[in-house]
Amino acid sequence: MRLSRLVAPLCVAVAACACAPGGGGPPAAGGERTLTVFAAASLTEVFGELGARFEAEHPGTAVEFSFAGSSALAAQLAQGAPADVFAAADTASMDLVADAVGVSRGPVVFARNTLRIAVPEGNPAGIDSLGDLAADGVDVALCAAQVPCGAASRAVLDAAGAEVEPVSWEEDVKAALARVRLGEVDAALVYRTDVAAAGGAVRGLDFPEAAQAVNDYPIAVVDGASEADLAEAWITLVTSPEGEKVLDDAGFDLP
Amino acid sequence: MPVSTSPERERRPGRPSAGRVPWPLLLPALLGLGFLVLPLVGLLVRAPWPTLGRRLLSAEVRDALVLSLTTATAATAVSLLLGVPLAWLLARTRFPGRRVVRALVTVPLVLPPVVGGVALLLVLGRNGLLGRYLYEWTGYSLPFTTAGVVVAQVFVAMPFLVVGVEGALRGTDRRYEEAAATLGASRWTVFRRVTLPMVAPGVLAGAVLCWSRALGEFGATIMFAGNFPGRTQTVPLAVYLAMQRSPEAAIVLSLVLLAVSVLVLVLLRDRWTGAP
Amino acid sequence: MTSGKAVLDAHLVVRRPGFGLDVRLRVGPGRVLALLGPNGAGKSTALRALAGLLPLSGGHVLVDGVDVTAEPAERRPVGVVFQDYLLFPHLSVVENVAFGPRCQGMPARRARRLALDLLAEMGLDGCAAARPRRLSGGQQQRVALARALAVRPRLLLLDEPLAALDAHTRVSVRAQLRRRLAAFAGATVLVTHDPLEAMVLADRVLVLEDGAAVQEGAPAEVARRPRTGYVARLVGVNLYRGRAAGTRVRLAGPPGAEAVLTVAEPREGEVFAAFPPRAVALYRDRPGGSPRNAWPLTVDGVEHFGDQVRVHLTGALEVSADITAAALAELALSPGLRVWAVVKATEVECYPA
Repeated sequence: MRLSRLVAPLCVAVAACACAPGGGGPPAAGGERTLTVFAAASLTEVFGELGARFEAEHPGTAVEFSFAGSSALAAQLAQGAPADVFAAADTASMDLVADAVGVSRGPVVFARNTLRIAVPEGNPAGIDSLGDLAADGVDVALCAAQVPCGAASRAVLDAAGAEVEPVSWEEDVKAALARVRLGEVDAALVYRTDVAAAGGAVRGLDFPEAAQAVNDYPIAVVDGASEADLAEAWITLVTSPEGEKVLDDAGFDLP
Repeated sequence: MPVSTSPERERRPGRPSAGRVPWPLLLPALLGLGFLVLPLVGLLVRAPWPTLGRRLLSAEVRDALVLSLTTATAATAVSLLLGVPLAWLLARTRFPGRRVVRALVTVPLVLPPVVGGVALLLVLGRNGLLGRYLYEWTGYSLPFTTAGVVVAQVFVAMPFLVVGVEGALRGTDRRYEEAAATLGASRWTVFRRVTLPMVAPGVLAGAVLCWSRALGEFGATIMFAGNFPGRTQTVPLAVYLAMQRSPEAAIVLSLVLLAVSVLVLVLLRDRWTGAP
Repeated sequence: MTSGKAVLDAHLVVRRPGFGLDVRLRVGPGRVLALLGPNGAGKSTALRALAGLLPLSGGHVLVDGVDVTAEPAERRPVGVVFQDYLLFPHLSVVENVAFGPRCQGMPARRARRLALDLLAEMGLDGCAAARPRRLSGGQQQRVALARALAVRPRLLLLDEPLAALDAHTRVSVRAQLRRRLAAFAGATVLVTHDPLEAMVLADRVLVLEDGAAVQEGAPAEVARRPRTGYVARLVGVNLYRGRAAGTRVRLAGPPGAEAVLTVAEPREGEVFAAFPPRAVALYRDRPGGSPRNAWPLTVDGVEHFGDQVRVHLTGALEVSADITAAALAELALSPGLRVWAVVKATEVECYPA
């Protein structure tokens, strides 16, 4: 009788322990290995394609991505998020991670990106230059100041002397692009790679000040990675001629 | 059996004996309590107490808090105005498709808020089904405005009010409404002078729930109304963005919202919903 | 009988799956009609239909000659006192009574004065500001009545008005209610399952069973000459139906073994025959002498009412007999025992069916 009274709480305790995660996440059972890559939102299409090629070249491997604003990812990594590789859209985010948890096999700059003005199909507001963005009645979406795209936008707008007040500060460049695609804003400052990825839904406009703010994209292995060798293989792929071709096709500049 | 009154046999008042609470209930209950309380404790422990005063007075915190409080209150007012009649319609009338309508009303409850934001954009955005006409005729569009924030909050929070009030209405004795009818009261008078007063505690509880939900809304707001300090950057949005730049600022904002929420809940809930 | 034009002239037809109501009512000014019947007879349905809370499947409702059949409850000149009173809990007593007049458009102050006057007439002016739940059952009943009368209805409907009261309060409240109903100028319809209530409060009684009227008349008449087993049980008589030929009434029963009742006056055709339990005398052996009604029956049960004893007997007919406790002891009655039941022909009331 006494023993049976202990059974119920014992079951609960055992269940609780079984649910507790082991530190850092155990490898998937049965030989399937997972590579976790944190990457800037602007790398979505390129890394997606490279991921498929990586999985084909390394059978039994799955590549998992987390795309977001580089500063958001850096904050998560600084708090101990488990990732193997970090690819950022600016060096500030990478420095933050290097200081907080440490990186290895890098950081190495593997791509460069410049800004373009994105306008909806048909350019309803008749935008021509950076200065037009400051005009009355023009709704503009900009990346928030703390994301790399936002810092670059600030730099080019200052260079052009344009005082632009956006209707919304977006948390990553893809969100800004989405506003343009939906026709909710008249223009946004995004990377040239984003304009290319959007196809015909969005038109891109070049402007001379773009050269004032070129984003360097560093990549590195995060210290404490559970799949360090896979991480190094990934960086090798990204910096290889194959990887460079994919980046180039998407519109990235190569260092 | 004679009752012993010797001191060592007397139980101290107010102490439940260990055998009273069954273990299989106590342990999960404590775990549940810990799960809910510990994150809040974490906030309090990690708060930047030395710089708290300065941060609290900063424009960013002030703007976000004022915006959150005014939009949540406005959203609750709109929800009351629209939701109570809707709840009455669902509880007191019969019409074909009533079940379908009730199911539709509860969809925002289970819909991920971000999805709700997308849906709102597609209908009320500048190129939306209805929004395009508004834009063409008046040049005004809801996204990126404070009104847009209220709209997003109403979408996610009003169903709470409707469901709560409908439940309260179903629980009232309709015979009082019949009695009022025999005394000559029109349906509107019955609602105004009999139904509503009798269901008032349920309405208030629903309103508090609605207000709390609106205060915490993030996904639909950021998707539909965007993010601009002072105009559309409510406290949840500010917290999310501050987390990337400076976690201390995020913690301060979180504490402020937590304090406001607890204050409101403590002041209103028990008194008007009759919880002991 | 109604004097002049009836205030209420109604033919209530309600058809529902498993239940049907079809009854005609006429009530004159100042008169009280009681609807009496067992549960499920349709009394409450009839009342709700009169109030306008239930739509009719057929028939009509005329009040003062005006057809209100299609009117909803709020437009009928009716006042209703519900079984549970249904006083609005969130309003004070005076606000409850003033509710109706205010709905009719009376300004708040005048309505309040009217309500206070009514409450004073009822002797309730001390409770005006209180909430209904603080009042006793009897007080609540009077407030409910005041609330119904405040709208100056032409038709007053009372649904089991004394049912919620304890036996002691019921007696005094019933007397007061009788006085108030006597002073009411319109028509009153009262629903009850208590025959005493019907007897005391009503001018006429209509007995409803299974949605149809089975008997109607003055209370004393209904009690003396019940036409159904229900009413007979209610007023406590033994009732039988049979075919009369002169002074012999052949009761319905298994062919060849029908019981025969001898009555005082000759009649022909279908009749009811009734006699009260106290008219039955019980003997162990068959008695000699004049009584013509004597049947050998078996004791089925014995009930005690104070110092009276009611014996239930079965056999050729079912009989209830009231005897004294002394007689019970003398006869040493017990269930299963065979005794002779004797009734004088002069004690049997016989009337056409």
